[in-house]
Order: sequence, then C-alpha cells, then structure tokens
Amino acid sequence: MPATFTRNQVEIERKDPGIGGKPPVDRRPTGGGGDGDNWDNHPRGRGGPRELLIRYRLGVLFALAGDLMFFVALVSAFFVRQSTGHFDIHDNFINDWRPLAVPPILWLNTAVLLLSGLTMETARRQLFHEIDVMEEWLGLGRPAVKRAAPWLVATLSLGLMFLAGQWVAWEQLVREGYAFISPDPSSHFFYLITGIHGLHLLLGILALAGALVGLFTLKKVEFRQVAVDSVAWYWHTMGLFWIFLFVLLVFFQ
Amino acid sequence: MGRIFTTDHRALGVLYLYLALAAVAVGTVLSLLMRVHRVWPNAVIPFFGVMKPEDYLALVTMHGTLMIFFVLTTAPQSGFANLVLPEQIGARGMAFPRINAAAFWLTAVAFLVLISAAHITSGGAPISGWTSYPPLSALPAAGPGQGLGMDLWLVSIGVFCIAAWLSAANMLATILGERRAGMTWTRLPMTVWAWLVASILTLLAFAVLLAAVVLLFSDRHFGSSFFIPMGDMINGRVVGHGDGSPLLWLHLFWFFGHPEVYIAVLPGMGLATSLFANFTRRRVAGYRMMAGMLVAIGLLGLAVWGHHMFVSGMNPYAGTAFAMVTMAIAVPSTVEVIGWLATLWGGGLRLQTPMLFALGFLSFFIAGGLTGPLLAQPALDAYLHNTFFVVAHFHLIMAMAGVFSVFAGIYYWFPLITGRMMNETLGKLHFWISLIAAYGTFLPMHFAGLAGEPRHYDRLMGPATSFPSLIPVERGITFSALLLATAQLLFLWNVFSSAHRGRRAEANPWQATTLEWAGGAERGRIERGPYEYELPLSGNGFHPQWETASKEE
Repeated sequence: MPATFTRNQVEIERKDPGIGGKPPVDRRPTGGGGDGDNWDNHPRGRGGPRELLIRYRLGVLFALAGDLMFFVALVSAFFVRQSTGHFDIHDNFINDWRPLAVPPILWLNTAVLLLSGLTMETARRQLFHEIDVMEEWLGLGRPAVKRAAPWLVATLSLGLMFLAGQWVAWEQLVREGYAFISPDPSSHFFYLITGIHGLHLLLGILALAGALVGLFTLKKVEFRQVAVDSVAWYWHTMGLFWIFLFVLLVFFQ
Repeated sequence: MGRIFTTDHRALGVLYLYLALAAVAVGTVLSLLMRVHRVWPNAVIPFFGVMKPEDYLALVTMHGTLMIFFVLTTAPQSGFANLVLPEQIGARGMAFPRINAAAFWLTAVAFLVLISAAHITSGGAPISGWTSYPPLSALPAAGPGQGLGMDLWLVSIGVFCIAAWLSAANMLATILGERRAGMTWTRLPMTVWAWLVASILTLLAFAVLLAAVVLLFSDRHFGSSFFIPMGDMINGRVVGHGDGSPLLWLHLFWFFGHPEVYIAVLPGMGLATSLFANFTRRRVAGYRMMAGMLVAIGLLGLAVWGHHMFVSGMNPYAGTAFAMVTMAIAVPSTVEVIGWLATLWGGGLRLQTPMLFALGFLSFFIAGGLTGPLLAQPALDAYLHNTFFVVAHFHLIMAMAGVFSVFAGIYYWFPLITGRMMNETLGKLHFWISLIAAYGTFLPMHFAGLAGEPRHYDRLMGPATSFPSLIPVERGITFSALLLATAQLLFLWNVFSSAHRGRRAEANPWQATTLEWAGGAERGRIERGPYEYELPLSGNGFHPQWETASKEE
C-alpha cells in the first residue's frame, strides 16, 4: 500500500455515505491488507512504495540543497558588488551601483507564483488521499488521477503565466534603459537572478508536463505519487527561492 | 554499448578510475615538462620547442586543473564510492543509478573539453592557473590562451560542477536512504562516513563555484563587471569598465577551493582508518570520536577559505579570524592522527601493499599537515605565500596523501574487482620507490621556498632574480620527480598484468569485516559493527558484518 495521508473528517464522511456506498475502510493509519502489512513495518531495503517515495524525496532535497547554495552565492555576490567601488583622484569613494526600481508587474508575477504553489500542493495531496489511493491500489479506478490532473494543468498554466510576466518585466526594463548590456551592475544582477530563476522554473514546467504525462501513463500508483511529489517539492522550493530573491531585488537595492 | 553506457555502480567506479588515470597521466607529463624546464630553461622540449613564459603558465594551469578536478576529486570520491559504497551499506545499488551514470558522462565531457582547450584553440591553454583569478581570467586580451582557451576552461569546470552536484546528491540519497536494516550510523564503515562528509562538501562547494563561473562567463561575454575593477589596464590601455571586485572571485572561488581539499583527502582518511584496523586486526580506536572528527573537519573546512587570501588585500581583521578557524582545524586533524596511531600502537602490523600505502598516507598527512599551522599565520604567510613552501605543503598534504590513498584503495579492492591479487613484490617496490621519490621531490621544496624561491615563475635565471645556490636543489627535485613518475610504470604494469595473470584471490582475501567482501550471499539484518577484529573467544579472530550475532550465541 503506497503512502497516504491519514484521512480527515471530510474523507470519513465521503467514505461512509450510508447506503449503497463503498464499505468503510478503517484500518489506521494507512490501510493495507488487514494484517498490519502496510509497508511501515517492513525492514529497510525491501523496495516498498514508501521507501521509493523517501528515496526520491531525499534526492530532490539534496539536489535542491546544492541549488540553494548556488543562489546563496549569487546573493552574496549581489551584496559584495553593491559595496565595491574605487577612489578617484580627489580620494572620493566612487561606486557605480544605481538602485534599480523593479517593474511593478513583478508583484503580480509573485502573486501568480504563490497561487501556483497552492494549486501544486492541492494536486500533490490528491495523490495521497487514502480512499482514492486505496481505489487505485486495488485497481478499482483512478480517482486520484482524475482529481489531480486539473490542478496540475492549473499549476502549469500559472507557471507559464509567471514566465510570461517575467518576460514582460524584462521588456519594460529594456525600454527604461536597463538592458543587460548597460553598464549597471544592478541590472546585471536583475537579469541574472530572474533569468536563472526563470530557467529553473522552465525546467520545473517541463518536469510538470512530464508528471502530467506520467499521471496517465505510469502503471503503478506509487510511481504516479513519486512523479507528482518530486515535482511538487521542486516547485515549492522555487516558489520559496523566488520570495527571497524578490525581497532582495525590491528591498535591498 | 551496454557495457559502456552502464548504470552499474561498480562498472562506473572503474570508469571513473580510468578517467582519473588518463588525467593523472597527462597531468604528470605536464609537471615533468615544468620540472625539466625549470632546470634546463633553454632545452628544446617536444611540442613546445624552447618554452616561453606563457607556455609555463599554461602548464601550471592545466596540471593544476587536471589533478585537482579530474584526479583528486574523481578517484577517491566518485571512483571508490561507486566501487563499494552500496555494498558497504548493504544497499542494492545507488539510489539513482541513471543520474549517477549521467554524472560520470558529464565528468568525461568536462575532461574532453578541458583537454581540447589546450589543443584546439589557437592561443593554447589558459594561463591564469587552476584558480583563474580575474582580471587575468576575465579579459580575453589579457594573454594567449585567455580567449577561447579560457572559455573552454570555464565550460569544462561548469559541466564538472553539475556532474559533481548530481553525483553528490545521489551519494547522499544513497547513504541516507538505502542502508540495510540494522546498518545504524555507528555500524557504518569509516569510508562511508568520509564519503558522506565529502559529498556534503561537494554539494555545497561546487554550487558556489558554478555561480562564480557563471558570473565570470558573464563578465567575459555579456559586458558585466562583477570581477573587473575600474581602470584595469592591458598593455597600457584601460579596459576596465565598472567597479567590479577581483576579491569577490577569490571569496567565491576559495569557498569552493578549500572544501575541495577535504573532498580530496577525506575519503583517504576514511580508507586509511579501515585499512589500519584490518591490517592490525584491531578495532578502530575511538570509532565515534573518529567519525565525529571527520564531520568536524568538514564543517570547519567550510569556514576557513580566507586563509588562501591573506596577501590578497582582504581586510586584515578578517585574516585574523580566518587564521583562528584554520588553526582550529589542527585539533580534529590531530585527533584523527592520534586515533590512527592508537590503532596501530602495539598492533601486529601486516605490512602488505595496501597497508604500506595507507601508512604512506599517514606519513604524508603528518608531514604535510605540520606546515599547515605555519601557513595559517598571516604574518608568516605574507612571506611564504608566493614561494615554493606552499607548493611543498599542498603537494604533500593533498596530492601525495590523496594519491597514496588512491593506491591503497586500488591495491585493496583490486581482488574485489578482478578476482585476482596484485603482485606483492612489485607493489612493495612501487611503494618504497614512490615514498622516497615523493619526499625527494617535495621535501626540498620547503627549503627552496624558505630561501624565497617564487612559484609561478618560469625560470630562476632571469636578470632580476637569481637564486644560483638553489640550482642544485632544483636539479635534485627534477631527478626525483622523474624517478617518481617512472616508478608509476611499475604500478601500471602490475595492474594490467595482475588483471590477467595475477594469483586468484579467495573470497575475502584480506579477511575484512565490511560488507563489500560478503560476496552478495547474505542479505540479512546487520547486527555487527564495522571493525570487529581482535576477538579472542572466536576461532578466526574477526566477525564480518554479514554474520548474524545470534549465530555465535
């Protein structure tokens, strides 16, 4: 039995419709074959569904930890570059940093990305609802897939909207005279930071599309869970990174 | 094809070792060219003719880059960990075999790109050293090889960073998630602890290097000025445009560069610990302490990068802080050495070849380590920094210690890979010649450095500086280096002849306790520690980890 959330009150109501519904499944916490064999008690190294999930979560976690250091390095370079300068012949300290006013559309983009985090999380949770997972596990249907797919599509569209919004922001900046090739270090950082974050998000969108395809083509429920779960954690991390980067670009110029 | 694009971790480990062998062969030849040039500056050298100063700098750059990235990072960490790590923790394989294989192929691509930097481009190889300090590295006009050669260098290192990142994430997910039941933290072999710490460092350090490489690339091609200072001049012409800071590159680079040293040497420390226990048939003295100190070295190693920058114009107060943290590293390092000596003390040493090389590692670790606290003093470093003293220091502590640990690993795991033993006589000969020649090469460099001989200079007999009294020392170093390189032919011969005609190895030839020697027969719960030697009650004197505890009771 793949990993599930412990069911909540709403689900108990959904599951126990009275007459003519499915029989209640009330083995806690995660169901299974009735003998306590829910893979929780298995020794490690047996390749159960929960172990598969943990493996991918660890992989995503560590890959993103490295990614975090990458952004930390960029941000520290931002602060160092902000304060470097030179002395002119009169011994005045000259610094070439011109603060950049970020295009207001960035606020809208941020809201879109935060919203996409919510839709992503909703999609992810669909794949762990106990009753739906039970049905898929037993081969009775694919309720989790049906519930998750629209939310994934929503996330995908919001992600594309965010990228389009970033593109608009770039164009606005270029019109204001802050092209990348301008001599301003603040605009270099703006393009680099938003560009690299956008590249990450583009990879996320590709992964999201992959997960969407996988949702319908992967045969096993635990593989579908892994696909959506991994993309979801990646997506949330990119959202979190963006909040930090956005605060940096707006308030620390 | 299937054999080449394999996802089998052991095959990948062997491929990593082949890659490291190719890199070390090229790197060694380059270093010999440098040595020959230093004592016979007017000699006609194949491929170069009479060497120009920029050729010498290109040799320094390529030698450093090849050895640091493609030998000392790949062989002890990726090579050996791929060979045995999954078995040592009782896993079925790596957590992400395909990502692991992708990491290897990216590393191979990075290697080819680096080599092509030297041969394809018109300017030749870059000349700004393996550290690539700007503004020399930031401007194509700064010298021959700083155009396309430098770009290829940056691409190569960028790809290498991504490969290292994938490899480390896979390794960490494997160690944390794939251990067999009962393989608790205190039952991990010390090698696994070392790979764990080195993987964490890889993950953190290479990400920062990648960011630095991206910024430098942007400086070179997109007109930014992260690292190029105002008023930077080449040939009397001002080329700087903006208030960039070369010091920023130094900070980013050494934040990577210092942990990199530990990535190279930590696996050797773990392996030496295992081998000392095995070949003395004793438990590791203070296992928990040793593992904890490996972690401590790794953590402290993240906070000492400034000691590479004492003479760079960094704030002197920062230098003092970095000096304090650097000297603090001596504490866990000393604990490690004392732990090794306590394991060895009074133990019946079995001086087989792997053990000899592990002892050689210990010897270099101490000899090279002793000069560390000296160089950690900003005042002393001001004099020594640009001299051969530093060259001597890092070649002993990192290069020789690292390479000897790689030799120890190859002699030790050779039967596991090929089913045959390596020739002991040749192995011992290889060890003794290498040990003596390595000290003969790098020990006199301390004195040359103390006498003030500068590094990165292509010849001593220039009109401005002359060190005639050092010429005999230099000559001795060169002869010693040639001997050191020649001795490696013994090793190569030994590897390739033993692979075909070596004595057949029994299942567990070193009577080791760690799981890679179990032969895959047992897949039960782990109930034993990693180094259960020296047990008077049992017949054979050791309990391998794959034995169950209940069998004996």
